[in-house]
Amino acid sequence: MSNEIRIINGIVFDPTNDIEGKVAEICIRDGKIVSEVSKSAKVINAKGMAIMPGGVDIHCHITGPKVNLARKLMPEDHRLDPHFKTPNTQSGSGGIVPSTFATGYRYATLGYTTAMEAAVPPLTARHALEEMYDTPIIDNGFYVLLGNNLFLQSLIAEGRYEEFKEAVAWWLNATKAYTVKLVNPGGDEPWKGHKNLNVKDIDEDSKATDIAPRKVIDAFIDALHELGTPHPPHIHCNNLGHSGNFDTTLETMKTAGDRRLHIAHIQFNSYGGELGKSPKSASKEITDYVNDHENITCDVGQVMFGKAMFMTADAPLTYLLRGYKPQKWVNADTECESGCGILPFDYQGMIYTHAIQWAIGLEIFLLSKDPWRIVLSTDHPNGGSFMNYPMVIKLLMDYEFRKEAMKHLNQKAMNSTILGELKREYTLNEICIITRAGPAKCLGLKNKGHLGVGADADITIYDMLEDKEEMFNAPRYVIKAGMLLIENHEFVSDYTDKKVLRVAPEFDKDIEKVIKPFFDDFYSVSFRNYPIQDDYLHGHGVVIDSVKKNSIHEN
Amino acid sequence: MSAVSKDNTIVNEKIVENATCTFCGCCCDDITLTVDMDKKVVTKAKDACVLGKSWFLNHVIEDKPIARIAGKEVPLDDAIDEAAKILIEAKFPILYGMSDTICEAQRQCAPIMDDCLGTIDTTTSVCHGPSGMAFQGVGEPSMTLGEVKNRADFVMYWGGNPAEAHPRHFARYAVTPEGMFTPNGKDDRTVVICDVRHTKTAGVADIFLQVKPGKDFELLWMLRAACKGVEIPDNCKEICGIDKETVTDLFEKMKNCTYGVIFFGMGLTMSRGRHFNSGALMALATDLNEFTHFVAKPARGHGNVTGADNVVAWQTGYPFGVNFSRGHPRFNPGEFTTVDTLTRGEADAALIIASDPVANFPKPAIDHITSEKCKLISIDTKNTPTSEAAHVSIQTSTYGINTGGTVYRMDDVPISLRPAFDSPFPSDLEVLTKLRKKVNKLAKKLNRPYATKKYI
Ligand code: SF4
Ligand SMILES: [Zn+2]
Repeated sequence: MSNEIRIINGIVFDPTNDIEGKVAEICIRDGKIVSEVSKSAKVINAKGMAIMPGGVDIHCHITGPKVNLARKLMPEDHRLDPHFKTPNTQSGSGGIVPSTFATGYRYATLGYTTAMEAAVPPLTARHALEEMYDTPIIDNGFYVLLGNNLFLQSLIAEGRYEEFKEAVAWWLNATKAYTVKLVNPGGDEPWKGHKNLNVKDIDEDSKATDIAPRKVIDAFIDALHELGTPHPPHIHCNNLGHSGNFDTTLETMKTAGDRRLHIAHIQFNSYGGELGKSPKSASKEITDYVNDHENITCDVGQVMFGKAMFMTADAPLTYLLRGYKPQKWVNADTECESGCGILPFDYQGMIYTHAIQWAIGLEIFLLSKDPWRIVLSTDHPNGGSFMNYPMVIKLLMDYEFRKEAMKHLNQKAMNSTILGELKREYTLNEICIITRAGPAKCLGLKNKGHLGVGADADITIYDMLEDKEEMFNAPRYVIKAGMLLIENHEFVSDYTDKKVLRVAPEFDKDIEKVIKPFFDDFYSVSFRNYPIQDDYLHGHGVVIDSVKKNSIHEN
Repeated sequence: MSAVSKDNTIVNEKIVENATCTFCGCCCDDITLTVDMDKKVVTKAKDACVLGKSWFLNHVIEDKPIARIAGKEVPLDDAIDEAAKILIEAKFPILYGMSDTICEAQRQCAPIMDDCLGTIDTTTSVCHGPSGMAFQGVGEPSMTLGEVKNRADFVMYWGGNPAEAHPRHFARYAVTPEGMFTPNGKDDRTVVICDVRHTKTAGVADIFLQVKPGKDFELLWMLRAACKGVEIPDNCKEICGIDKETVTDLFEKMKNCTYGVIFFGMGLTMSRGRHFNSGALMALATDLNEFTHFVAKPARGHGNVTGADNVVAWQTGYPFGVNFSRGHPRFNPGEFTTVDTLTRGEADAALIIASDPVANFPKPAIDHITSEKCKLISIDTKNTPTSEAAHVSIQTSTYGINTGGTVYRMDDVPISLRPAFDSPFPSDLEVLTKLRKKVNKLAKKLNRPYATKKYI
């Protein structure tokens, strides 16, 4: 079989290389994009079709312990959405939290080829890596939860910043993670140790650790800046989901100064109004700040109506939401490092809060000026399934469609949003940026998100259709690492040689002497058994190098 | 590494530090093994409990054939070919067991059944299956065991006998260890045992509750009602065997602790009420979060049954009892659980991995699995009634002693094994990977028309 492919006549969208909708040829050899291939290369005639790099999801929850708990929790949901076996692919279960096989295939059928798992506790990171190996096609990496790590917090509290930085580097290596995830920093201790309380203010000292969230945030931003990780700390801000939380979000972003910071699912952190009352939109305040600060990147966390699943390390929030709708609920405390809450949910257009959340997400998309720093996400499955992405794209590209959708939603919410006045329509090129080129750049993935020579040959070819939802719902061809996987909408082969993306910043080995005593006292596993061996990468690990920069535009 | 032994002969000795014992769900990973590399035996297992010691020390490499078909020794590949052929040709193949092997091997199992349009089930269906079902219904507030050690000031065991089934549970995780917020160990905790009889476990209890057999649900429901402000009824003793004052006092202790935990065992899940019992307990733990931080956890039994649940769930969406005959996973305990598929005489081929149904199942199930109507394939480390009754029998090496890999502790924490010495037998992973490839090849050749629409 030839490992060369030549794609001809297609309309190429490659914003990274300043190519916007130009007919050009793409050549592939040995999994990479090259300038020329031989005559024997397989030819794909993409006449009238759009060629884009494979999609890159910067924030989703698809593998690991909490995902599996949510999966186990939902037999009724799997039952309604079976994922059928084909001669080339394995069967699975769908629904809001699909099984691993179904997850990989379904991402591929949307034209996505990379997806980053956004929250994994270090202690159970092996589980996440094992699931990744069972998630076909898409490349993965994960963000490791360190924001509530009691040992690291104690180093910050004692002002031992040098050791803190070394310890963070040690943890990134020990877990094979891509970056650090901070979730409601400082909130776990009041939750676990003080009868289910939470922190409210990022300058308030958490009872248990005598340290304010801002200090934790600042220390991590600094450490990762110093280490030069390709992606900065990825933060789920304090007070997420609460009315009036936009102040906390602004303060969090200000903490970064001009150092890089990624705000996860920023929609959930852009609420005005009074605490405990219905939220109002603060999209303007938030996007104003983001627009003016090149060091900030974010993903939206768009809410879509229908089924969702709260699945977050923010355990107190999940419990609070359960108060509104008593449902089956999972809480999972991880010793010394994390918490987790899981709650099935559905967003309904007739409910004021849900409708305004939907509108706020879209406002943020439409008000932000730099598409390179705002990424399309639904915080799958928290704001809705990743299967909603094509619909989100249509909402962004079609003003009339938005107007029509608004008619069927809670009118009090619609009257309070400026969404109806925002006439902006995203172009195909901008969609290409917020779904692949941008996130790849935010992540510092030089070989993804573009079609230049040397890039990974992760490519999606869509029929140019008027209805953009339809168009993005079913690519005609999907190529992963140079291998044709989907041809005429059908899987023609399975691909399991996927990659695990990670970082490996250097650290001083002596830091282990500082960490070990804490382990011996307070962990339930031996220190030696905690770091993850290379075997868990199954030979598929890819280390992304460190680079120090203050904005994604410095290249 | 060499050392001089007592009688002055040189033995080839090896020390394995931080080895993990896979005998019970505690998965203690602090064991130091001393291995005689010449004799291929573990001579010491420092820090293991009695059960753990016997697990390590009694392990010997037996002299027996790797693979047999109808009792006759054959090359491994022939046995795998025969097994693959049986499974792919069967009308209703089942795969059962899986709990005593590593996750890497377990991961091969569902794909095999997917290709054969068969049924996959684990030993969960005969132990904590009801807890899995209750979880689907009510969820579960839970934790890793280190949280219990560091924080729990109220620890309860319900319907289990950890002193005998999980001997180091008290000392390593839940009762005596000195944790971050429990610096005085047991003195900082209230320990409550609830069981139908006074077992060895009850000895450590500050409070022992002897519940009437089959009345766990009633007691749990009274406590749930108490969470909603309903008084414990005056005839409490009549209902569940424990007087009102004791239950009221128990409830106060639960409500007022800082971090409460209940571990529950098969005494609860396998007695009258089954998943209603586990469900009531998890719901009670959930309710108690109105007052304080409260968690619960099934104290899972042996080896890597927790890993089996996890692997089957991530691959299919369901933890056990999964059928692929319609081209996608379907879950129905009672229909697709192994005792049932055998008792009804449905299975015409059975692949049993690291488990011994021929010794443990109800008689009608044994009758069928050993009959002509069901072709039996066994993959196991030991000779068991099942491996001896099997048409195809493959002997493998032992996880945790001869092979590495991942196991999940009862609290879902994955742990990597450190093997002591190698074995002439192939690993489960090797055998199952080969079998998966072979089955996949045969399935591709058959090119069955796969279903594409829902029947539901
Ligand atoms: S408690 Fe269980 S895991 Fe620990 S040594 Fe004993 S048998 Fe092994
Ligand atoms: Zn998220």
